[in-house]
Amino acid sequence: MALLDYFRQRKTSGSAAIAKERLQILVAHDRRGGGPSYLPQLQHDILKVIRKYVAVDNDAVSVHVEQNGGQEILELNIVLPD
Amino acid sequence: MARIIVVTSGKGGVGKTTTSAAFAMGLAERGFKTVVIDFDVGLRNLDLIMGCERRVVYDFVNVIQGEANVGQALIKDKRNPNLFILPASQTRDKDALSIEGVGKVLEDLGREFEFIVCDSPAGIEKGATLAMYYADDAIVVTNPEVSSVRDSDRMIGILSSKSRRAEQNLEGIREFLLVTRYSPERVQRGEMLALEDVQEILSLELIGVIPESTSVLNASNSGVPVIMDRESSAGQAYSDMVSRYLGEDLPHRFLKVEKKGLLGRLFGG
Repeated sequence: MALLDYFRQRKTSGSAAIAKERLQILVAHDRRGGGPSYLPQLQHDILKVIRKYVAVDNDAVSVHVEQNGGQEILELNIVLPD
Repeated sequence: MARIIVVTSGKGGVGKTTTSAAFAMGLAERGFKTVVIDFDVGLRNLDLIMGCERRVVYDFVNVIQGEANVGQALIKDKRNPNLFILPASQTRDKDALSIEGVGKVLEDLGREFEFIVCDSPAGIEKGATLAMYYADDAIVVTNPEVSSVRDSDRMIGILSSKSRRAEQNLEGIREFLLVTRYSPERVQRGEMLALEDVQEILSLELIGVIPESTSVLNASNSGVPVIMDRESSAGQAYSDMVSRYLGEDLPHRFLKVEKKGLLGRLFGG
């Protein structure tokens, strides 16, 4: 069976990459200390959509919510590669 | 003046007490007078890991409340004359600790010792914030796993805002990352966050990587700090970490999968 494992091993696509991506989004959100709870998911989804068209870095999309009097301003910043 | 080091993490079960015991013993082995304090009031365990659980008479809370002096509560390590342990109370709760009380005990210890290692409890409650409050240096213990990394990041934020150094506008706490339970095999298979990933997310100076090792459980089973197991990879990695803390520049070890021979690979084992 070890022989089988040897060949099987090579093609496992691990979960570590998912862990890293989730953590990067989460940690960035934790550090900003708040905003609505859907923000990380929103940021994640926007990143996914942009990646359908352009190859961008993990930190290319930043989402920001600001309170301005009675108004909430959602600021979305996307950095495209040059 | 003694240097105060807090061993912290946020998440429980990542190896704070194992690290505190190994690090304190390592400093004592290099000839430094060292005391290691258990801040986990109500759930003490450092005494067990150090193998002195049957010699506890007075504890940290007794000292803070003036029921004993610090000399009465300190337990002298039987293996190393430079090392002392200050156990936590098992019966009280964390409210028995106060910022002034802890400060006074650390001040008294600072006259006798060169290094004071504070073993923080898990969480971000009083015990954990008091363990870090007076620290000069912090060792952030992290497993290559999502919840541990996230909690460590949170802890780093707290370290930089809720400490004596932050409040008095002094130079900040020096923070170091210690990755524990690292398994190069699982990293290679893509199942575990790689060291570089953890470093990239937390961006702290790396002081050591302790490989997953059966010797850690063996050591705690028998109440011997794992650093004393010179044969084991974990013991050697802790020893390297102590050297780096003391200023030596050593390459990190045990990061790569050990190569098995062809037969080993085909037939396992």
